[in-house]
Amino acid sequence: MRKQLVLQPRIKETGLQLIKGYNFAYLDEGTKRMIRRAILKAVAVPGHQVPFGSREMPLPLGWGTGGIQITASLIGPDDILKVIDQGSDDTTNAVSIRRFFTQTTGVRSTEKTWMATLIQTRHRIPETPLRAGQIIIFQVPIPEPLRFLEPRETETRKMHGLSEYGVMYIKLYEDISIHGHIATAYMYPVMVHNRYVASPSPIPRFDNTKMNRMPALQLFGAGREKRIYAIPPYTTVKSLDFEDHPFEIEKWDHCCALCGSGESYLDEIVTDDQGGRLFVCSDTDYCQERRAVGHKGSLPDAVKMAITRVKRGD
Amino acid sequence: MSVHDEGPLLKVMGVTKYFGSRVGCRDVSFDLWPGEVLGIVGESGSGKTTLLSSLSGYLEPSTGTVKYWMGQEGLVDVGRLSDPQRRYLMRTEWGMVRQNPREGLRMRVSAGANVGERLMALGARHYGKIRSEVFKWLDRVEIDLGRVDDSPETFSGGMLQRLQIARNLVTKPRLVLMDEPTGGLDVSVQARLLDLMRSLVSELGLSLIIVTHDLAVVRLLAHRLLVMRNGEVVESGLTDQVLDDPHHAYTQLLVSSVIQP
Repeated sequence: MRKQLVLQPRIKETGLQLIKGYNFAYLDEGTKRMIRRAILKAVAVPGHQVPFGSREMPLPLGWGTGGIQITASLIGPDDILKVIDQGSDDTTNAVSIRRFFTQTTGVRSTEKTWMATLIQTRHRIPETPLRAGQIIIFQVPIPEPLRFLEPRETETRKMHGLSEYGVMYIKLYEDISIHGHIATAYMYPVMVHNRYVASPSPIPRFDNTKMNRMPALQLFGAGREKRIYAIPPYTTVKSLDFEDHPFEIEKWDHCCALCGSGESYLDEIVTDDQGGRLFVCSDTDYCQERRAVGHKGSLPDAVKMAITRVKRGD
Repeated sequence: MSVHDEGPLLKVMGVTKYFGSRVGCRDVSFDLWPGEVLGIVGESGSGKTTLLSSLSGYLEPSTGTVKYWMGQEGLVDVGRLSDPQRRYLMRTEWGMVRQNPREGLRMRVSAGANVGERLMALGARHYGKIRSEVFKWLDRVEIDLGRVDDSPETFSGGMLQRLQIARNLVTKPRLVLMDEPTGGLDVSVQARLLDLMRSLVSELGLSLIIVTHDLAVVRLLAHRLLVMRNGEVVESGLTDQVLDDPHHAYTQLLVSSVIQP
């Protein structure tokens, strides 16, 4: 079976062919049901980590095995899948996972945020606001936000149970005392529905504000740690902060060099060894959509083409 | 600190702790009054630390009860408190200073965060206020304010112990349990630490239970003394009385064993 995965001749429509011999979406129906039960429980208790029987997947641990299992348990023939990695549809992790689902389900995939019904993501939430009915699935390496301060699992569960979240502020305190401001840039802890502190997965804190009262369902899967948690649509999500040091998102002195957006999360690209650098949208789909309707950044078109090619890995 | 005159702050009745068939401590009873400093002395293995752990709820006593005065609710059996209640009590009204400061501190975060933690655990969410309270307490325990953002790993033994005291006292507890607070410190550092503890006790009106094998420490700090041997209290009374006129043979041995410089 594995041999076919690599050497499958491409067909016209999807570029890939369905693999025979596996159940729809790789996992057997019993496993999918077990995962869906964990998801239901997670949705019922927003922010609470629900254990589940994580399976071995044809993907190394740490590469999104939690997210891929959630996607596999939810995906149906009518779904349209989008997979992103660091905001991009074209990086290794995104390409592999998209191909995995295309080959095991035959469902359509897309790069358009608005068109997708399921979005599996690593490290970003798309810039285009998600709508009701969509599901975004996060890949989570460390689901326990208390882990760095309290190594004992028995103790962290007790702390969640009793809402003892004072220690969460130690990290923020340290940031302010060392840097003068809260310098935690990613995996910035959030309070879900005024009850559970949860890890938003390693997304930049820029994206934390998008989680609050999001119309789409947010699901979080940690394969190695065997945990699923969820934020149902329109749930209050608050980033932890101090009264005199309120939560703030990153800001840039630049606009995207390709599409000119001043509102998106920007990647810094080093262009030479003379200190030259560029700032471009991390969300490639958002950037392309804007350019398609005529928005322009500061760069000449020829350079833009080159950068797009580099980002696409051509 | 609310002063109350209704009775003892802590009432210990017949506390016994077995480890299998071995006795940790047996049938220990005493009252601790507000503002009182009680010393528990005895040789290594006499059950001092077991007793302290049983009082603090770290170990569950095999038999006996520990009652604590909780304001309006009166004397409450600590063993019957629910888990969240007991944890809340430990964070607010009780403090625990351990023999090894590394067990009582978070070694991986800064000194300031160690002191601020209990404030944040009680809901303090204003950085400026937490910070100024941290400075106040570091100053009080004579730690150079320039070290506030340093890791405790870079502190000396005496500084760690003072930091641990600051961390515990920052929420103004009413009862502090100390296990060998001066163990492993040289004499001049010990003297300063004892000085500090004595002034804090009188300023804050703390009740203090201090476990030690060092008679000089209890002579200086404790109002009253329990002498333990093989898990049992063999003699109790006012500190000066017990040390100057020991009745039990073991106490006599203990007192006479101290090397006079």
